[in-house]
Amino acid sequence: MNAVEPDKTHVAKELKHDRPLTACRFDPTGKYAFTGAEDNFVVRWDLESGAATKLEGHDSWVRAIAFSPSGETVYSGGYDGRIMSWSAAAEKPEPVLRYDAHLGWIRALAVSLDGSRLASCGNDNLVKLWDTADGKLVSEFRGHESHVYNLLFHPSDGSLVSCDLKGNVKHWDVATGNVTREFTASALHIYDKTFRADIGGARGMAFSRDGKQLALSGITNCTNAFAGVGNPAVLVLDWESGKLAVQYEGKEKINGVAWGVRQHPEGFWIGLSGGGGGGWLYFWKEAAAEEFAKVKLPDSGRDLDLHPDSLRVAIAHADKTLRICELRAKPA
Amino acid sequence: MRCQYDCGSNEHRLSRRTLLGGGLIGGVTLGLGGLVTRTGVAEQVKSKQQRILNIFLHGGVSQLETWDPKPNTDTGGPFRSIPTSVPGMHICELLPYTAQQMHRLAIVRSLNTKQGDHGIGTIEMTTGRKNMPGTTYPHLGAAAAKALTPEHFPLPGHILVRSAGPGSGQAAYLGPKYASVNLADGKPPENSVRPQNLPSEVSARRNDFRRKVNDRFAGRRRTADTDAYTFSYDQAEQLMARADVFDVSKEPEADHERYGRHEFGQHCLLARRLLEADVPFVQINHSNYDTHFENFDYHIEQLGEFDKPFATLVADLADRGLLESTTICVMSEFGRTPRINKTYGRDHWGNAWSVVLGGGRIQPGAIIGKTNDNGTAVVDREVDHGHIFHTILQSAGVDTRAEFEVGGRHFPIADPAKDAIRELLA
Repeated sequence: MNAVEPDKTHVAKELKHDRPLTACRFDPTGKYAFTGAEDNFVVRWDLESGAATKLEGHDSWVRAIAFSPSGETVYSGGYDGRIMSWSAAAEKPEPVLRYDAHLGWIRALAVSLDGSRLASCGNDNLVKLWDTADGKLVSEFRGHESHVYNLLFHPSDGSLVSCDLKGNVKHWDVATGNVTREFTASALHIYDKTFRADIGGARGMAFSRDGKQLALSGITNCTNAFAGVGNPAVLVLDWESGKLAVQYEGKEKINGVAWGVRQHPEGFWIGLSGGGGGGWLYFWKEAAAEEFAKVKLPDSGRDLDLHPDSLRVAIAHADKTLRICELRAKPA
Repeated sequence: MRCQYDCGSNEHRLSRRTLLGGGLIGGVTLGLGGLVTRTGVAEQVKSKQQRILNIFLHGGVSQLETWDPKPNTDTGGPFRSIPTSVPGMHICELLPYTAQQMHRLAIVRSLNTKQGDHGIGTIEMTTGRKNMPGTTYPHLGAAAAKALTPEHFPLPGHILVRSAGPGSGQAAYLGPKYASVNLADGKPPENSVRPQNLPSEVSARRNDFRRKVNDRFAGRRRTADTDAYTFSYDQAEQLMARADVFDVSKEPEADHERYGRHEFGQHCLLARRLLEADVPFVQINHSNYDTHFENFDYHIEQLGEFDKPFATLVADLADRGLLESTTICVMSEFGRTPRINKTYGRDHWGNAWSVVLGGGRIQPGAIIGKTNDNGTAVVDREVDHGHIFHTILQSAGVDTRAEFEVGGRHFPIADPAKDAIRELLA
């Protein structure tokens, strides 16, 4: 791996869609990026050629995208409550499996370490586990009392963690469906008494590479929910104790939401913000609450992923563009 | 100054109900209970009290997430449309319960109020007039109360059920007796229960004395203001005697469950109770829809609260035989932009949006007007706040082309430059 220089991060490629983007993920092989948008399509982008292939089948926007460990299969979860699986590399991918999974939006998908289970969560306050071979429901986890915004499998022990609108984090035993532990990311939620509505949720979620920390990203210090007046933040929890290790925020307070978070193999965290303050990439490390580097993006960011080569990030933008940014200086 | 607004004639003692119902017939102009109408009298008297229920969705509900969905378009957002109980009529999937009541309601999809300011939009939608600095027009509730409240009615004619905080329905030149009585947090009007340490006999003696002094004063110096003052005392007494009308806890437990225990559910149940008690105008405010940020998430949350109680209320009014004498409107100060902004929000938009009407003389199941494919412009039957104001009152039987007479001056009931949406009225 070449050395990264976060402060030199730059846009290396722009891939244009015809609607604002909502989601992006690199496939595990690193050949493609997949996006969701304010339409009913998933689009596969060939990173080398820039060729776009539409995956058609959803009846609403898609924000949840996940892959089998090999990258052979891509799963999409839509605001239509439907999960679909596709052959990721097929010339013209057709749905392999298609099932109505949730009542209301699906907000996140995650695949188990061995690839046999797909976890989903959504606006029906449920977490569900599916058999990836046939799309059959394996189990349904109840306990959240608000929309479930995100979920992940732990990278080594295979347990499942989910976070809801109100910042309640639940650690599930996949075998029994029982809640093993509960902890809070309440800094990412408020009930706005003026507008009489909740705002919050883990918009992004990632484990550290060693599985010892869990990062949740969203909006904090929110003073006006309906105008999005609040600051992007990433909460890093110590996985063993469930306690807050550090809360990352920007040195300069801007309005926005941290829509994505990833840990780089070198140990620093990358956060993406979007909102009234524009789009920014933040770089935080260790216990320092303030960033050691940040980079302004051309537009508001809505989702983030780190490429398997750890040199590139994909950012889904509101201006209909998928930007591939390199975490190093531009070649001379 | 001697009061000039009421000559004390028999005509003035007739119920305001005599103004109702015959507004479209035409005829001689008569002064009745402070109103002037061109219609005849006796034949217009309705056997049933007419009522109006106005549900105001504060902040500006999105027409695309409610009554005029545009799925699969660049402006349509993530929600799908669903069929309703009216063949061919679709509304947003966020309103599944309401969808089953649409055969009792009608949609006007062609409002162009050209207004994107909260305050001005609220004024214009609730007064039916263009906002003019320095001029105050009566709220729809005040006009309805003046036109529809029977003589000697023991309750306020204009009630606003809302959350805590400021806001009320102004009566303007109609006089303070038609201003809204506000039930903040759905609670009974303040001081409507006699203090325990004041026995009823003592209270009665005090009031007798006050009346005596007041009558003596009024004999020489009666004005509209002193009358309003006297009225407020009389009304307070009557209201205290009927305080149970405001007590939603007296409704059956099963109904609390059906409407929901949350605030809007309880307010809808209270509205049913008030309408059953023949209160002529009830407004419920539901807050908030000013969703510049994450419009879709908030509409899930707010409409999730609105949908079931509203649909339950419509169904209950129909089942109890009250819908034909209760005109319903669901309005906001404006709609929201078809364009989705960078934070998944929609902004203020008065150029192409919708309201829902029902009951009274409203044609059930009707769709009036049309917007273009992605909802950015009205393409058929453009109307505004003035038309809606006329339509609501005419649906309740008020001749909106008539005038109110106040202190010897005549005031048009509604904007004379506008009229009702005639094809929407049975």
